[in-house]
Amino acid sequence: MSGPAMVGRREFIKTGAAIGGGLLVSLYTPSPNGPGSAIAAAENGVVLNAFVRIGADESVTVISAHSEMGQGIYTSLPMLLNEELQADWSKIRVEAAPVDKVYNHPLFGVQMTGGSTTSPAEWERYRKMGATARVMLVQAAATKWGVEPSSCRVEKGVVIHTATSKRATYGSVADAAAKLTPPANVPLKNPKDFTLVGKPTRRLDTPSKTNGTAQFGLDVKLPGMLTAVVALPPVFGGKVAKLDATAALKVPGVKAVEQVPSGVAVIAETFWPAKLGREKLVIDWDLGPNAGLSTEKMLRDFGETAMKPGALAKKTGDPEAALKTAAKTLTAEYDVPYLAHAMMEPLNCVVDLRGDSCEIWTGTQFETVDRANAAQVAGLPPEKVQIHTTLLGGGFGRRANPSSDFVVEAVHVAKVAKAPVKVVWTREDDMRGGWYRPMWHDRFVAGLDANGDPIAWTHTIVGQSIMQGTPFEAFGIKDGIDSASVEGAADLLYGMPNLQVDLHTPKIGVPVQWWRSVGHSHTGFSVEAFFDEVAHAGGKDPYELRRKLLANQPRMKAVLELAAQKANWGSKLPPGVGRGIATHFSFDSYVAQVVEASVEKGAVRVHRVVCALDCGLVINPDTVRAQMEGGIIFGLTAALKTEITLKGGRVEQSNFHDYQMLRIFESPKIEVHIVPSGESPTGVGEPGVPPVAPALANAIFAVTGKRVRRLPIRASDLA
Amino acid sequence: MPFENERLRIIAICDVAPREYENEWIFVPPIEPVETRIDFQRGASNFRDYNSIQAKAHLPARGRDPRRSSMTSFHVNGKPVQVDVDPSTPLLWVLRDSLGMTGTKFGCGMALCGACTVHLDGKAIRSCVAPVARVQGKRVTTIEGLSENLTHPLQRAWIELDVPQCGYCQSGQIMSAAVLLAENPKPTDKDIDEAMGGNICRCGTYPRIRKAIHKAAELAAEGKAK
Repeated sequence: MSGPAMVGRREFIKTGAAIGGGLLVSLYTPSPNGPGSAIAAAENGVVLNAFVRIGADESVTVISAHSEMGQGIYTSLPMLLNEELQADWSKIRVEAAPVDKVYNHPLFGVQMTGGSTTSPAEWERYRKMGATARVMLVQAAATKWGVEPSSCRVEKGVVIHTATSKRATYGSVADAAAKLTPPANVPLKNPKDFTLVGKPTRRLDTPSKTNGTAQFGLDVKLPGMLTAVVALPPVFGGKVAKLDATAALKVPGVKAVEQVPSGVAVIAETFWPAKLGREKLVIDWDLGPNAGLSTEKMLRDFGETAMKPGALAKKTGDPEAALKTAAKTLTAEYDVPYLAHAMMEPLNCVVDLRGDSCEIWTGTQFETVDRANAAQVAGLPPEKVQIHTTLLGGGFGRRANPSSDFVVEAVHVAKVAKAPVKVVWTREDDMRGGWYRPMWHDRFVAGLDANGDPIAWTHTIVGQSIMQGTPFEAFGIKDGIDSASVEGAADLLYGMPNLQVDLHTPKIGVPVQWWRSVGHSHTGFSVEAFFDEVAHAGGKDPYELRRKLLANQPRMKAVLELAAQKANWGSKLPPGVGRGIATHFSFDSYVAQVVEASVEKGAVRVHRVVCALDCGLVINPDTVRAQMEGGIIFGLTAALKTEITLKGGRVEQSNFHDYQMLRIFESPKIEVHIVPSGESPTGVGEPGVPPVAPALANAIFAVTGKRVRRLPIRASDLA
Repeated sequence: MPFENERLRIIAICDVAPREYENEWIFVPPIEPVETRIDFQRGASNFRDYNSIQAKAHLPARGRDPRRSSMTSFHVNGKPVQVDVDPSTPLLWVLRDSLGMTGTKFGCGMALCGACTVHLDGKAIRSCVAPVARVQGKRVTTIEGLSENLTHPLQRAWIELDVPQCGYCQSGQIMSAAVLLAENPKPTDKDIDEAMGGNICRCGTYPRIRKAIHKAAELAAEGKAK
């Protein structure tokens, strides 16, 4: 990745392209003497469109409109583009896009990365950009030779006139190509003719991630830059009542102590004196209205709330009547806690604020929103704010903050620092800074007929709204129902004649946010674990009952059968080992997982996870596998390890000793099986997470007879 | 924390005696009890590390002592360096802020995650809790010094198996693995689990890290055989 000096001021996009039907249909091509030419010349190479630049040295730079946070998009997007461009893959480089509406997410209308949507949303646009550029390059070569473009072909970045074997490299005709009018409606390859998409392809960013050169936000350094840490209130919404900075200011290297809206900033030459200075601050906090928050009390409140009917999210048939006639009914309640994202790179942001400009370097998933929020604080129009997206040391949703908390705070600090400044969150700041996956309570009642088949299913959900107050509120919340609260529950794939899902949305002063797989992170667990209870209550095999109720869901049924077959469902296991199964549909992808686990002295050990998925057409199979592996380990950490709890309004966890991650010696064998598909690509980053906790809970039941109804799994629940 | 005392600790499984399974799919072989092991609660570790407790014993009082020079001299990746910082400053921040070597990462500041792992005279240490005074006159190797052109067997294996996702923890993973391979050219899964247990990866690249260490061991053996 380029350093800050390299990524500065790349304002070559002068016109936003038309967006219609989710596709970019026109391109901006700078003319050599027209607007934009200085930028095109200053950079290495010719800009063929907003998404690709070709250099005289034959380098091909693909501009990524989406952030790389581990999901492999800096490889998948170039693969899509080069499937059509047909440049030499070894010459491909990738670069983060500047903020411009031309890079807006085709579905969401803002520049962002999230919701497992990049491949589905960019599937056509990046191929189209590659195809358009190729046609222009061929045209330029053909014009030079005075031949028909149709008499030329392309091989690895070289235009060849078939009859005469004349050759012109892309680099040699890029200048001429850039002067052409981009063609409209260039036809795209039939997927069956793909030569790159669908083939396991090594990631372009791996070398830089094995020698220390990969640049994350925390690695950015500007001339004259200071470093700040901010003392945050111990309770959400707390304010400084009294501040004594005398001792902090005496720490060598500390330059200033200033109050900012989020707390007290200690600004120093480098990180360490800033941190030492912060430890010397004497602050009296006005804790505000959230000082009484307690997870224990919330658990009780949520349980009581779930006994009352909530806002109706889904109703089919007459569940109430069906429950009355049921031969057997079954009730269960499930709880999951607040969770921190805990990316390995703690939050940070570099700001260079000048009189009439503001440049920001950070690993963000939310460029447009961050720019708007930063501009407001800086008192500048958004176009005077530029964001340089670095690599993200993990995102998982945290770096798409609706209030841009870590960016806005850094702009506030820059205003008082009067110098370029990097604001660093320590691990403790990051963990206690809020914006958690919400705590949820789920209450189920199911009715079974005399054959043991479920005939009614009611599901009451209690939990805070994630969408409220975000840019997606308008389409995320309808009739008081936050779609993220009920996803994975209201859209149950199992055939259920009488179904009801209702929702309570308490308002609590703990900031919540999307966390890898969002609402599915709780419905995946509760729905699939309760389904297992229903199967057993009716004397059914949990796999066979799933198959039966998925009769009208062929893709999920196929995935379920593949997972069961690969895991040898029904075969004998060693003594003490149990097997559990779960499915979950999320981000338009179908996933089933089988877990094999044992419990020894109250400790759970996960031996093996078999995962099958259908995510439509696969762009990079190895990346899909990696995302399933990572999603499973992420889900197991939530199942076995982590919870954020509050007492007296204070978050009780602070670092990896009391918010523990799954480690290598706890990591199971993972097998991933991908269903071949010609359907359009669907999500991959998140769908691997939801099924693993319920599959594990079901495996634990199989071996111990104990039902796990709350996460993380506790030894006391298995005793 | 309401559930503090009843929290399930997977690490307890380490005390379970080895068991035989009829199938081969048991991936992590049961681990025999060992006397000392990584204490993730406190951030100390059992493997060739200057753990935080030891580090604190050597920790000079904070603030500058006017009677002492604040200059610290040591070698980084074979080159002599001299820094003028408070001797209690962790090596991590000297590398990153004073020397501009940002390959070594900050993850927790408590020796809990391993992102800051570097070599001190050939041993793996967590640089976030190692005061720079500790490295006076010694040799530090960072990820930048592992090889010149991605030629270290671990780097080759990491690239071949596409281990990293976000990549943030990988400098530390590779530096921990490098010490493991230097001391144990043919590690078993169990050896890997023990040596790498102090390095967290939130993206969940553990299965590939295991494979890549085995691969690197093969590559290194091939290199020696030639």
